[in-house]
Order: sequence, then structure tokens, then C-alpha cells
Amino acid sequence: MERVIFGDNQFFGINHSSEEKSRAQAIRFKENQAIVEVLDIAIAEGIQTFMCTTHDRIADICETLRADSKYENFTIYPCMPYAHKYSNAVTELGIMGSIKQYLPGNIFSTLAKGGMAFVKKDFIAMMELMIDAEMKMFKGISTPVIFLQNVVTDLLLGLGMSDFLVGFHHYVRHKYKAEAGFITMNLPLLLNVLESRGIENPTICASINKLGFRMSGGKEVYEKTIAEKRCRLIAMQVFAAGAIPPKEALEYVCNMDGIESILFGASSRGNIRNSKSLIDAFTEKRRESFVDPSNKQTADNYLSL
Amino acid sequence: MIRTGIIGLGKMGISHCAILGAHPDVDLVSVCDSSSLVLEGFKKYSRFECFNDYKKMIADMNLDALVIATPTKFHAEMVSHALNNNVHVFCEKPFSLNAEEGRQLTALAKRNNLVNQVGYHNRFIATFMEVKRILELNVLGDLYHFVGESYGPVVLKEKAGTWRSEKGQGGGCLYDYASHTIDLIHFVLARPVKVSGTQLKFIFSKDVEDAVYSNLTLETGLGGHLSVNWSDDTHRKMATQITVLGKKGKIIADATELKIYLKEDNKALGLTRGWTVKNIVDLSDIANFNLRGEEYSFQLDHFIHAVKTKNITNRSSFESALVTDELINQLIGDNSNN
Repeated sequence: MERVIFGDNQFFGINHSSEEKSRAQAIRFKENQAIVEVLDIAIAEGIQTFMCTTHDRIADICETLRADSKYENFTIYPCMPYAHKYSNAVTELGIMGSIKQYLPGNIFSTLAKGGMAFVKKDFIAMMELMIDAEMKMFKGISTPVIFLQNVVTDLLLGLGMSDFLVGFHHYVRHKYKAEAGFITMNLPLLLNVLESRGIENPTICASINKLGFRMSGGKEVYEKTIAEKRCRLIAMQVFAAGAIPPKEALEYVCNMDGIESILFGASSRGNIRNSKSLIDAFTEKRRESFVDPSNKQTADNYLSL
Repeated sequence: MIRTGIIGLGKMGISHCAILGAHPDVDLVSVCDSSSLVLEGFKKYSRFECFNDYKKMIADMNLDALVIATPTKFHAEMVSHALNNNVHVFCEKPFSLNAEEGRQLTALAKRNNLVNQVGYHNRFIATFMEVKRILELNVLGDLYHFVGESYGPVVLKEKAGTWRSEKGQGGGCLYDYASHTIDLIHFVLARPVKVSGTQLKFIFSKDVEDAVYSNLTLETGLGGHLSVNWSDDTHRKMATQITVLGKKGKIIADATELKIYLKEDNKALGLTRGWTVKNIVDLSDIANFNLRGEEYSFQLDHFIHAVKTKNITNRSSFESALVTDELINQLIGDNSNN
């Protein structure tokens, strides 16, 4: 994974600090072209990976990416599902109604595999169909890591239904030749559960920031877990919804051993450039500290960066 | 460990199930639902005992506490059965369709000395708790108006739905969305007692309202507006906001931030003249398990803590939820008078 990964919350009015900012972003990114322009800026600043939810509009963005050879080396990490689509559907249609609405085809008749899955109440097969439905939009685009959104990861974690986490892991590997990733607000617990089910060194994306925001159980237990280097880790929400100034926020995560990548979203060239160059500078500084002969850290640490 | 069961595995029930499943003080032992598909899933993939008869679950499982997350029309019967079997109850909102039944259940819980809570999670959001604290310190001076608003994208076109779209089942924007807004007004300001000029609007649904607009008067005499709409897709998910105006300034708060405007410095609170913005990140504690926001974990922590300590005074008790039920009935009456 690249050290810097570009996020998509800003494009869909997802802002954890302010409803007003959410609206301003929704207005700014009304047209898909506005999103593509910001992606172009990110690419120009040297970011080649875009981590995005399976929002309907991403399907249109993918059309643009497929049509232009300049995006050949551009990589997407899909995050599924786009939870609010399902959550609002469940309020309106109920659980059965939502399954009917979102499973591809008509589960009762046309889609043989779906029909069978339903009859046998094989929920893992049903999940696989939903993964296929969500992945359709990325056909022809490089997706080396495919993530399960935190609302689903953490739901399954709390319910103790780790079979689905394992099922997701295996299916993504087998069908898409990709690494399965898990987004979570509960890193220490998730890691324990995945390891107990035989998934070693999983790819995980978790909130990690200096303030402990959305780090369930607290910052200390997170720092201890991260230092153990038991997973390939992407840090998200590093600015804690804007509560930490960029330099301070990025210095904290860049200096942490055990974080492979840093995810951030931004809308302006200035902010993208600033964050990218801060991450590069802090990362470089750490590399240098490792090769300094007076430092006892080994070359292994150097390589892990 | 608190032996706990859940009735109703819909959206809220499953969410509570996951939070309690990860709770260090809870032994979540059983779940109950009427859907064979959902039960099949729980039987196959979870560790919980599964029931389709809630009375059997209560009889067999020796529960300390019960979460009830069924359609509203079943609440009264289930809550009553649980309380009569000496089980502490967390019930989803709205509490009860019939205020008289609600009053009886409130009395029964008190009589049996049982913890009773209703799932009004806004009472556990740090920004709203801070608004309440600031208002109690009289920072805004004499209050003269408030606006309570909730908007979100639930029903966006005309089509058939679930119990939430059937009349008389406790669905509709009034029970599902506006109950939260009314409860929040009650929580941060005071008990609402009177309504006027109510409009329950049908936008896309045939049998239930999709929007609720009304004027409320609180027991303190303060008047304000209620404006709620669940057919508003300019919001990605439910967004609730409260605005309070006083002679010394104004507060606008939602689940993510709190903005205070003051005409003069308030030295006691360290607030300066003009706008001050407080963010949820700075105000909120860290949850032990986070599913869809800290507040859902905190409200269950509150319940479980109350059960552990046998403390029946509660931040979101049956008694306070009953105020919302009574006001909902007034809104329905006021609308049909129009």
C-alpha cells in the first residue's frame, strides 16, 4: 500500500465536524466533474490510491477513469457497502424488503444462485452476491484491497458473527484476487477476533489520532496494539474531524511505528499538497532516524516504512 | 454480569444487540424475533439462544434486563410482562401509543423498583448535554424562542413500506422522527405542554405523515417551533438541530457542534462576546465500543450501570418519555382540528 491514500468523504458531504460544512461540500461537488478535478489534483501531487465507498456516484466516476488512459496506474480501494443506502431502506422497507430491493436480480426467480441461497438460508452466499453487486462498478479498474465498511465490520464484531468477516476475507481473495480490508472503530477487539479465526496480519483501517477520537477503549490500548504490528494498518480520521491542526495531527501518526498508510480527504490543491508534503517530510525524517548508526532501531523498521 | 435479552431484531434491535454483545458487563444470552429468516441467521451465526415467543424467553432465561425494540404497538404488552417478571427494561422510542397505558407502566416500574429507560439517544450526545448545561446556567438570559428541527431521507417516493408506513402502528414521521425532536426540546429546555397550528403533511406516504410542523409551548411559558421532515434528501442521514434564542444571545446545536453567540463576555464560563464554536470531538467521552456513534453506546452504558447499581432514576425514564407520547397525541388531535 502507498504511504498516502486519498479519501472520498468530502465529495459526499460527509463531515464529522459540521452540518454546514457538509452542505457546502454537497453543493461544491454536485457535478461529478468537480470530483474528477480534485482527483486529478491528488494524482498531480503524487497520490495514486483512492479509497472510496460504493456510492452510486462512484459508478459514474469509474466510467471517467476507465475512459482515459491517464488513469491507467490509478488504484481504487472500494469500501462497501454504502451504509446509509441500506440503513434508510431498512427503516422504510424492513430487512426483507431491503434484501429484495438490493440483491441483484429477483432473488425468488431469475437469479439462480440468489434463489438457491435464499431457499437454503445460506447467508454467506447472500453476502457474496451483495459483494458482487457492489463490485460491478469497478470492473476494469485495479482494486487490490477491498474494504468492509466500519458499520458492518463493527456490527458483525458486536454480534459475534465472525463467520461473515472470515467469509468476506476469503471471498475477496478468491473471487477478486484482492486483499480483504476491514474498516473499524474498534481496532483492538477486531484484531483479536480476526486472529482467533486464523486471519493473520489482516489489513485494517481505523481511526487513529492524537485526541483519541473514535478510538474505542481509549488511546492507550490503541497505541499498545499498534506497536505490536499485528496488522497492515491504515490510519483514518487523523485530524479528528478538524480538531487537531494538520502538522500536529500528521506528526503523531507518521511517527507511530506500525502504521503503514495514512488516509485523508481534502477538496483544495493547497490542503492536498500541504498534507501530502507533511506526511512525506515526517516519514522521511523517520527513515533517516532509522539509518542513523546511533539509533538502535534495526533495518526492519526502516523497511516497514 | 447482567443477563440480558433482546426482543425485536430490526434495525435498532440488531444495533443494540451488537453493542451489548461487546459490553464487558453484559452477558447477552438470548434474542427473540418473529421473522424466521432473521432468527435462522442468528441461530446459525450467533451464540445467542433464539426465541420466537418472548414470554417463553422471559420464563426460560432468568434475565436481569431486557431490551424491547419491537414495533411501538407491542411495547405496552411486552414492557408490562417484563416488569411483572421483575426484569429491568430498556424500551425503544416512542414509548407507548396510548398515554394511559404508558402511565400505568411508569407506575408499575416504580412500584417494582425496576430500572426503566427509553431509547432517546440525543440525551447522550455531548453537544446537546452541553446546551442543557449552558441553559441551566442562564447564559442566554431570558429566553424568548426556540426551534427544534429534524430532517432526513427515509421516504423519498411513493411506494409500499413496513409497519412504519401503516396508520396506527406507531410509524410515520411523527412517531419515528418527531418523537426525537420533542424529547430533545424536553431534555434541553423544559416539558412541552401545549401545541397549536399543527400540520401533519403527507408528502409521499399514503397512510402516515411525512412531515410535522407545529408550535409548541413549554411549561415555562416559552414558545417555539417544531419542524420535522423525513422526506428530505438534502440530508444524508437524520440530522437534528436545536436553536434557542435569549436576550443575551443564541445557541445553535446539532450532533456534531454547538455554536454560541453572546452579546457580552460571560466570565464565569470563559465565553467571549460573539461566536464560540464547541465541537463534539472536544466535548465527548470515548466509548468502549463504537458502532454508529458514541451515543448509542452511552445510552446502553447508562442503562446497564443503572441495573448494576439498582438506581431507578434515569436520564431517559419512562416518565420523561411519556411526556413525548402525550405531546404526540396532542399533535394528532390538533391536526385533525385544523
